[in-house]
Amino acid sequence: MMRVVLPQHLRTLAGVGREVSLDVAGQVTQRSVLDALESRYPMLRGTIRDQLTQTRRPFVRFFACEDDLSHESPDAPLPEKVASGEEAFYIIGAIVGG
Amino acid sequence: MSEVRVLVGTRKGAFILTSDGQRRRWDIDGPHFGGWEIYHLKGSPVDPNRIYASQSSGWFGQVIQRSNDGGKTWTPVGNKFAYDGMPGTHQWYDGKPHPWEFKRVWHLEPSLTDPDVVYAGVEDAALFRSGDGGQTWQELPGLRGHGSGPRWQPGAGGMCLHTILLDPKNPGRIFIAISAAGAFRTEDAGQTWQPINRGLRSEYIPDPTAEVGHCVHRIAMHPSHPDVLFMQKHWDVMRSDDGGDSWNEVSGNLPSDFGFAIDVHAHEPQTIYVVPIKSDSEHYPPEGKLRVYRSRTGGGDWEALTNGLPQRDCYVNVLREAMAVDSLDSCGVYFGTTGGQVYASADAGDNWAPIVRDLPAVVSVEVQTLS
Repeated sequence: MMRVVLPQHLRTLAGVGREVSLDVAGQVTQRSVLDALESRYPMLRGTIRDQLTQTRRPFVRFFACEDDLSHESPDAPLPEKVASGEEAFYIIGAIVGG
Repeated sequence: MSEVRVLVGTRKGAFILTSDGQRRRWDIDGPHFGGWEIYHLKGSPVDPNRIYASQSSGWFGQVIQRSNDGGKTWTPVGNKFAYDGMPGTHQWYDGKPHPWEFKRVWHLEPSLTDPDVVYAGVEDAALFRSGDGGQTWQELPGLRGHGSGPRWQPGAGGMCLHTILLDPKNPGRIFIAISAAGAFRTEDAGQTWQPINRGLRSEYIPDPTAEVGHCVHRIAMHPSHPDVLFMQKHWDVMRSDDGGDSWNEVSGNLPSDFGFAIDVHAHEPQTIYVVPIKSDSEHYPPEGKLRVYRSRTGGGDWEALTNGLPQRDCYVNVLREAMAVDSLDSCGVYFGTTGGQVYASADAGDNWAPIVRDLPAVVSVEVQTLS
């Protein structure tokens, strides 16, 4: 099981706590994690990545293992510690605007 | 016993205000969806407990919420708004072609006959329809495809489709308005459209009487007279007596004919309301006096309504979605401000009082009269 930490507004929208655990089939990448997350919580579709282009929304960031992975390829493998659940995959609402 | 439910969308959440038919004491429920921009909420005329809400955020995009119990509980429904086919381009601020990109839903208009049918007016301007209670959305592409789409351009607030009026006497007829393209009408339930802007004059576009390009802020209609339309344009209050085929200016003695909101009395089809705003760069009332203006003649001759409204040092705005009426015997009129007040009059505008005064900036106000 890998772990995903959601920003507050998406926790409220999905009706979950700070962190959710997911079974991700195959290689653990940004894309496979988000596919699994959206499959389990369909109300999150479109809130993290665009529904049509599947690109990350501009004010959303992905952090893990103290690195900003936002600009990595969505198909790049995530760090082993994330895949194993030792470290969480953080979805962050950027510090912008009001 | 009658009840009134006021649905208020703000920059940071939704609020539901309820009162009995006396409209003296109000209960305030909210915020719902705290922290999100709520552009609009509206209930179904055939099932008032069915309410749709447009929830959006600069971070997390668009969500549509639906309630089946009058706003007590909510369920996220479909939020996939895909333009039909190749989206094409409209005109950008620099005059260059710019691809159509979905940004948010400005307006939700439930069907007059089926609670599962609802229309959505979106930015970049297009009209969508759902036939399954908001679970899925399909564009009515004839609007963007009628020919003038590449010449539409955004107003300062974005290229939004903000007004949807359903004709209660003719199910195939819908009026919509886009800032800054103008007003359009369909007679065949959205398959084909025509611009209805003849008579509009806008000095801020190269051809002031062009077929499209006018910054229409709002259109209102009384359901018993669907051929009579009232418009608050960027500048000018306008009236049409022929379903939009032609328009005449009825700004009359208003202190400013700039403004956003316009609405019609529930029982007097010739009684209309506007809130004059000083100018397009000064989005506050003239002289710092918050005044609703009422015309009992369908425009032209206006009276200021001031009792209970601040008459000095008031510099709030009243946005296009932020005025509505109830349908009780003495018509109630409601409007919200960017200062967070919702003012109500239970006597058609003669006297006003704030029913809540410290909300986030109010974007939209809708009223349901329940029996």
